[in-house]
Amino acid sequence: MTLQRHMPWIAVVTLFLIWEAAIRLFNIPPFILPAPSALFEALWKWRSEIAGHSLQTFLTTVAGFGIAMVAGMAIGVALGSSAWVYRSVYSLLIGFNTIPKVALVPILVMWFGVGAVPAIITAFLISFFPIVVNVATGIATVEPELKDVLRALGARNRDVIWFIGIPRSLPFYFASLKIAITFAFVGSIVSENVAANSGIGHLMTVASSRFEVPLAFAALFVIALMGVLMYVLTAMVEKRMTAWSVRGTHLAAG
Amino acid sequence: MAVFVEIAHISLRYGAAVGGVLALNDISLSFDRGKFIAVVGPSGCGKSTLLKAISGLWPRTSGTMRVGGEEVHGPLKIVGMAFQNATLLPWRNTLENVLLPLQVVETHRNQFRRRRRQHEERALALLELVGLAEFARKSVWELSGGMQQRAQLCRALIHEPSLLLLDEPFGALDAFTREELWVVLQRLWLEKKPTVVLVTHDLREALFLADRVHVMSARPGTFVAERHFEAPRPRPLEIIYSHGFVDMVHELRARIDEARSPASAQKTAPAR
Repeated sequence: MTLQRHMPWIAVVTLFLIWEAAIRLFNIPPFILPAPSALFEALWKWRSEIAGHSLQTFLTTVAGFGIAMVAGMAIGVALGSSAWVYRSVYSLLIGFNTIPKVALVPILVMWFGVGAVPAIITAFLISFFPIVVNVATGIATVEPELKDVLRALGARNRDVIWFIGIPRSLPFYFASLKIAITFAFVGSIVSENVAANSGIGHLMTVASSRFEVPLAFAALFVIALMGVLMYVLTAMVEKRMTAWSVRGTHLAAG
Repeated sequence: MAVFVEIAHISLRYGAAVGGVLALNDISLSFDRGKFIAVVGPSGCGKSTLLKAISGLWPRTSGTMRVGGEEVHGPLKIVGMAFQNATLLPWRNTLENVLLPLQVVETHRNQFRRRRRQHEERALALLELVGLAEFARKSVWELSGGMQQRAQLCRALIHEPSLLLLDEPFGALDAFTREELWVVLQRLWLEKKPTVVLVTHDLREALFLADRVHVMSARPGTFVAERHFEAPRPRPLEIIYSHGFVDMVHELRARIDEARSPASAQKTAPAR
């Protein structure tokens, strides 16, 4: 059991070892694929730049994600509890979600200028949809008997949502947050790639234009690290908030 | 004693006014406060629909209905309900599930926090009465099916509703648990004296528990017979093996068969 517990680390280290060995064995030049050792070397060499840009990206992502958490919940509740809202808004939402968010960045830049604002908005736009869909599903599928129990007590629609709909949709909500946080990183970095003066996305653009491939990979590594960190954080909150939905399964111990 | 629920010639039709399904046809039913009424009938005869109509959750198509002297137009706000599925909330423990109505009902909700301890004591007393006192702090999924139904009955009674509507609450339980819960429900009723309408397809359940049993025909549901089983309360479970009881079960059974036959006769009749 203890070995199983440590498997995530073992898997990562093993991957890096195989990668390092392959680079040395096949003698691959660092401007095509740098070895992990070169990656970590670049990480150390550029540590202060990387730290600054990472912080920028982290903050924009968390800001966009935070807005998505609140707005996604609110829109999801509205969609799930009212057939009218659902009928009028759902196809619009799907249509909007189909638009690639990269295509929106230039427009956002025209509106808000280069910088953090377009990145925050892109992170929000790309991550709120799965939250909306999941919350709406959780609320729309409340058992009719349960609604009757409350309505026979004189409950109003918002009581049904408050006492049953929202708690019931929390497992769906947190499941979607785990997806949404990784999406949010995609959003902010894409936006920084296109138009920004700081952030990991910007750093990567600069690094690749200067053929600093190890630096680009170091930046990628940091992004992955931040993504995993936020994922774990969300999963921990999920576990605390919705322990009732997992019963005694060992899957929760991840 | 004044008549508490007075239903006169109500009908209920689903869907379109023309071409919809007529679920209830010309049902009349009156009973006093504190009575235990049972409605039995074949599957799909509209028993559950009748409960929905009585609770005011579904609007009737025609007829009049008065509860406590007042004409009913929307959902009643004083009703306790229990169903075949226990529908307990899995994120609350047993006690919190029982307390739910007090957080919702108009007269209690504003004072809920202030009087929480008092409410909890009441809920615990109810749980004690159905033999669930030790399970008050347990999660719902730690309860067996029978225990969940006991908890559901407590939830339906915590706010002391004047009307308790039970829709086959023991339908999904095994025979032993079911009989055990008849006794539990009888004890609850004798203690709290709510007015009860129980819908079931179990004749023995209806006769054992109720003061009066109404037999419903196949859809469109209408009352075809009415029986009283007289016996002092609390009735012991063994009573269901007594001659008088068994005879009445047989008689009702025959009534139900009669009630079903028009529908099956219609089905086999040649097209006109």
